[in-house]
Amino acid sequence: MTTTSDATVAVRPADGIHSHVPLTGGRLPRGSAWLVLAGGWAFAGVFFALLWAGGVTTTFSIVGTVFFGTVLFDIVLYVISRIVEGPRRALDRLVTSLVSTAFIIALLPLISLIWTVVVGGMARLDASFFTQSMRNVIGDGGGALHAIMGTLLITLAATIISVPIGLLTSIYLVEYGRGSLAKAITFLVDVMTGIPSIVAGLFTFALFALVLGPAARSGFMGAIALSVLMIPVVVRSSEEILRLVPAELREASYALGVPKWLTILRIVLPTSLAGIVTGVMLAIARVIGETAPLLLVTGFTFSMNYNLFNDRMMTLPVFVYTQYVQAAGVSAQASVDRAWTAALTLIVIMLVLNLAGRLIAKFFAPKRGL
Amino acid sequence: MTTKVTVRVGDRVFSTTTVVAGVVILATLAAVAIFLVIQSIPALLAPKGGLPNGATNFWQYVGPLVFGTVWAAFLALLFATPLSVGIALFISHYAPRRVSQTLGYIIDLLAAVPSVVFGLWGIVVLAPFVQPLYQWLGDNLGWIPLFAGPVSGTGRTILTAAIVLAVMVIPIMTAICREVFLQAPRLHEEAALALGATRWEMIRMAVLPFARSGIISAIMLGLGRALGETFAVAMVLSPAFIVKFAVLQAQNPNTIAANIALQFPEATGLSVNALVASGLVLFAVTLLVNVLARWIISRRAAFSGANG
Repeated sequence: MTTTSDATVAVRPADGIHSHVPLTGGRLPRGSAWLVLAGGWAFAGVFFALLWAGGVTTTFSIVGTVFFGTVLFDIVLYVISRIVEGPRRALDRLVTSLVSTAFIIALLPLISLIWTVVVGGMARLDASFFTQSMRNVIGDGGGALHAIMGTLLITLAATIISVPIGLLTSIYLVEYGRGSLAKAITFLVDVMTGIPSIVAGLFTFALFALVLGPAARSGFMGAIALSVLMIPVVVRSSEEILRLVPAELREASYALGVPKWLTILRIVLPTSLAGIVTGVMLAIARVIGETAPLLLVTGFTFSMNYNLFNDRMMTLPVFVYTQYVQAAGVSAQASVDRAWTAALTLIVIMLVLNLAGRLIAKFFAPKRGL
Repeated sequence: MTTKVTVRVGDRVFSTTTVVAGVVILATLAAVAIFLVIQSIPALLAPKGGLPNGATNFWQYVGPLVFGTVWAAFLALLFATPLSVGIALFISHYAPRRVSQTLGYIIDLLAAVPSVVFGLWGIVVLAPFVQPLYQWLGDNLGWIPLFAGPVSGTGRTILTAAIVLAVMVIPIMTAICREVFLQAPRLHEEAALALGATRWEMIRMAVLPFARSGIISAIMLGLGRALGETFAVAMVLSPAFIVKFAVLQAQNPNTIAANIALQFPEATGLSVNALVASGLVLFAVTLLVNVLARWIISRRAAFSGANG
């Protein structure tokens, strides 16, 4: 902290005449940063518009405008600030603008992606997309009903497997877990969160290949693979919520002579129900978009299949992938359109799950001081 | 108390059930390792000429894939690390309090997009967008081996895959960095400001030293995610069976996960075992990275009390 002594009270010699010595350093007027940002964007916009008009680029590049305009803003603001305010404030402004730039850069792909998916998905957003399968469809038409049903069934099965195991484990960790077993479980759950999804798919394949042979594919295998990915998420979120339940509630229950297991079932779980449901919904949202394990162990098909335990099933992410990859020939565009609409459907499902999870957490959270 | 403490049947049943659930998780993780090993053994012992890509033994087969995986993840982290730290700082220390939580949600939205959609976006939007940029890089900076030509005409190179990967790991890295930055001791920050430090000087002196290990563990977790990511790479990359550092060419080293996803549906016999074995290698690498990350976090938790 040697630089902070008197640099803020910058004494600048006023052109040889020492008649007045300013007591404060120069400051840029408020809002000048915004002005420079707008100027940078406008300048880059004009530049790209000229490129467009001149025929160098085929379309007006919005992303280029925002990106290069922001970079221009960073440089210009630093230079101006260094002249007026001195190096320390200039560095501060530079970092401020760089940090804001980082945020804007991160928003660009998100906006571009959502824009592309919505525009591309509109092409086939019709009734037949949600009421037909791809059986005997060559070229236009067809739908993703089989994929939507498959995704719902497999995710439901995965939820039925993961929630009891995950919830009971988190109860063990919070209410009973002492010693090395609890430590080992906590550690391994953390590690399990990082398992690549494709490894979960390979594991399920290896497991079932020993029993049913290497050609076995079924929706249930997909559910197992998704459970491997989902269980650690459920454990972590429920554990966090269960730890928030006040110890006074438990002690009051014990004092009334209620056994521990009933205390957990009747006091602890109802108190934390909203949080647990939220955690489960976020966990579902995490696995519903998984492609790799499902492509490996449930395969793909063009027909409806409601049976989890027999034969291949289509799922939405795999539908997106296969429709895009298999697009060829005259009707390639129809196939690509189906892929985009399926992607849009998938994103909408995930957004609804995320939003519902957060809303439940917000509105049904236990009130303080009952 | 003179009466003997009796354990109720309900208690015993319930606590045993919870223990069983916990043990199931341990068993699952063990089973993942065991079954992968069982299915890998034929590939590890494969005779000469039995493996795909003309490899003479398994390590020769998996070598280029390991290189591609690590190289793509490294490039992705090169983009993602400064961006994540910047975004996290923006949310925790720069943005107004009222909107900072909303901004956090917006970044979390990125995490909600399925990887296959990222792949689709990468191939349809990003690759054509960056291709002219690559052409320019190749023409003007081609003397640097990294940017050596001939430049890919489609833009489907390992650099594009790395950009998509970076976008995908930014949410998780930002979330961890943000949490650590928010935990930085408030008194230190205020003391720095009171001594006349600018906001950046305050962050450099009070926040970043405190958050250093948190940032490192965020990088490790992002690395774990980037190593295992499948479809974003499988769809964007135009792969070949090679080892090279050039990032703009049409032939790129493939990653383990993408290779499995592309080859598995058509694979039979020994090549299935080879794919499972490469998955085992991926599992081991990500496990190592994740354990290291957790270890760094727990070490930090052990002495952060003294700092606060």
